[in-house]
Amino acid sequence: MAKFTEHVAPKNAVFVYSPSQLTYKFSDEHPFNQKRLELTMDLLTQIGALCDNQIVPPRQVTDDELLLMLDADYIDIVKRAGHGYITNAEGEPFGIGTEDTPIFPNMHEASAGIVAATLTACDYVMEGKAQHAVNLSGGLHHGFKNKASGFCIYNDSSIAIRYMQKKYGARVLYVDTDAHHGDGVQFSFYDDPDACTFSIHETGRYLFPGTGSITERGTGEAYGTSFNIPIDAFTEDDSFLTCYREAMEEIVADFKPDIILTQNGADAHHFDPLTHLSCTMKIYQEIPRIAHELAHKYCNGRWVAVGGGGYDIWRVVPRAWSYVWTEMSDFEQPHGPLPDTWLTTWQSESPVTLIPTWDDPSPLFEEIPRRAEITEKNAQTLEKALYTLRHKI
Amino acid sequence: MLVENLMIQKVYTLKPTQTLFDAEELMRSRRIRHIPIVDDKNHLVGLITEQDLKRAMPSSLLTTERNSLNNRRVEEFMITDVLIGHPLDFVEETALLFFEERIGCLPIVSQGELVGILTDTDILFNYIELTGAHKPSSQIELRTDDRIGILSRVTTICAEHRASIISLLVYPDTTNPAKKIISIRVKSISPQPIIDDMRKEGFELLWPNLPSM
Repeated sequence: MAKFTEHVAPKNAVFVYSPSQLTYKFSDEHPFNQKRLELTMDLLTQIGALCDNQIVPPRQVTDDELLLMLDADYIDIVKRAGHGYITNAEGEPFGIGTEDTPIFPNMHEASAGIVAATLTACDYVMEGKAQHAVNLSGGLHHGFKNKASGFCIYNDSSIAIRYMQKKYGARVLYVDTDAHHGDGVQFSFYDDPDACTFSIHETGRYLFPGTGSITERGTGEAYGTSFNIPIDAFTEDDSFLTCYREAMEEIVADFKPDIILTQNGADAHHFDPLTHLSCTMKIYQEIPRIAHELAHKYCNGRWVAVGGGGYDIWRVVPRAWSYVWTEMSDFEQPHGPLPDTWLTTWQSESPVTLIPTWDDPSPLFEEIPRRAEITEKNAQTLEKALYTLRHKI
Repeated sequence: MLVENLMIQKVYTLKPTQTLFDAEELMRSRRIRHIPIVDDKNHLVGLITEQDLKRAMPSSLLTTERNSLNNRRVEEFMITDVLIGHPLDFVEETALLFFEERIGCLPIVSQGELVGILTDTDILFNYIELTGAHKPSSQIELRTDDRIGILSRVTTICAEHRASIISLLVYPDTTNPAKKIISIRVKSISPQPIIDDMRKEGFELLWPNLPSM
């Protein structure tokens, strides 16, 4: 391409962010804490992986866009809750005002801002202004059309998928590697053959939300467009990655999406206080790498990533989410020590001792006695989960 | 729970004069294993099961013989001493009947007419509903002393954390008769504070019960 032309080459990747995303805050003690965004961005900035010209502010979102997926009376309740006009009792049928999703000031504005950021990321990618885009404040996958659940008020991914279907006619593959089942997104598209959902998560036998069994495959025309791999507690890296990689490759090849939307919950780590999968930083190095590779192989590179869970905001989330961005922006995957200034800045606030390196120390925990059995069971689960792909009628 | 809440009301039936072929076809197309046989007034006169049908039919390799039986009437081989149930029977007692009599279905009769059917699959489905997660929730399992008032303490802890209870099962601990197992589903992604309080109360947590943390 000649120098000095008007043509602006599409950006490789954009990072959608505004400080207003930090206003999605239930309370100081609540496990869902968006301070993780600040910690992640500071880490990325300090290693030189994130520059101002890569950051784009979210646009506004209209009520009509929210209504693509949400019920009007639910939006109304959330709006009023955030301005002090409802009691907990009024909010309860909508999941508002519970211990999981307490009422906080301006909760509609904060939640809508997150949806706006995910839609911005989708617009950048679908309009070809960037190959990839990330909104780490998004990924609120437990939200339903008329109900808040599991820390999630508005389900930005569900709205974004419907939005991309309507505006761009896109076939969307949604991939959810959060340790909890992506129930809100799955059930929003359970009867829609033009959206495929794939969630790998800790089994719902005990863990929230309880759904996500292999038998949930979609309904009617959409049978076979919903995939679930419920893996056992204490799964560990290798078995997790085998299941994820094999499933991803086969699902993408079969569904042939126009775009991949990944939800990057960072709560499958050994340190996470809510879950029991016993994984390490290794899975967070691999998860985005595989998504990136497959997006280029099947979707002309179109890949939007959102955040999700992640409740060890000091030792896990900043490193895990940094890997999403370094992968997406073709920045060399970081290893070795974390920047001293980052460690000293945040250690003073952190209640736990920070991990000083990108990779976790090895071993991070005592050996798990039933590893072979767990790995065997997960392999069986994977085979059953992919049954409809592997045994086409 | 009453049988009328669980029974299938749209029952596929045959008349005694219909044929073996009809029975086979109905089972295949509707994917059912039991067909109540009724007269013109919808009174139950018999029952045929997949097993009866198989017994009546020669091997599928003997095509000619099979075809020659196609027009035999179902009344020739249906069971006539059929166990029946009533819509107001209790599901819990009916389940015991299935277990004791080793049956696979129970036609439900009221005022002489066939009004429904209950099968082992329906009862299994009910079990799945009772123990499953039909709403987003986390499961906690406790072992407690078998004493009056324990359960109220358990539910109070959930209420104190504003977590609603989706389902709750209490059953005997087979390894220790002085103990009970309480299995509880709470509507919360973050049950840890509840779990901490249950531990403080002295309840033994069966899950989550982590070896390495």
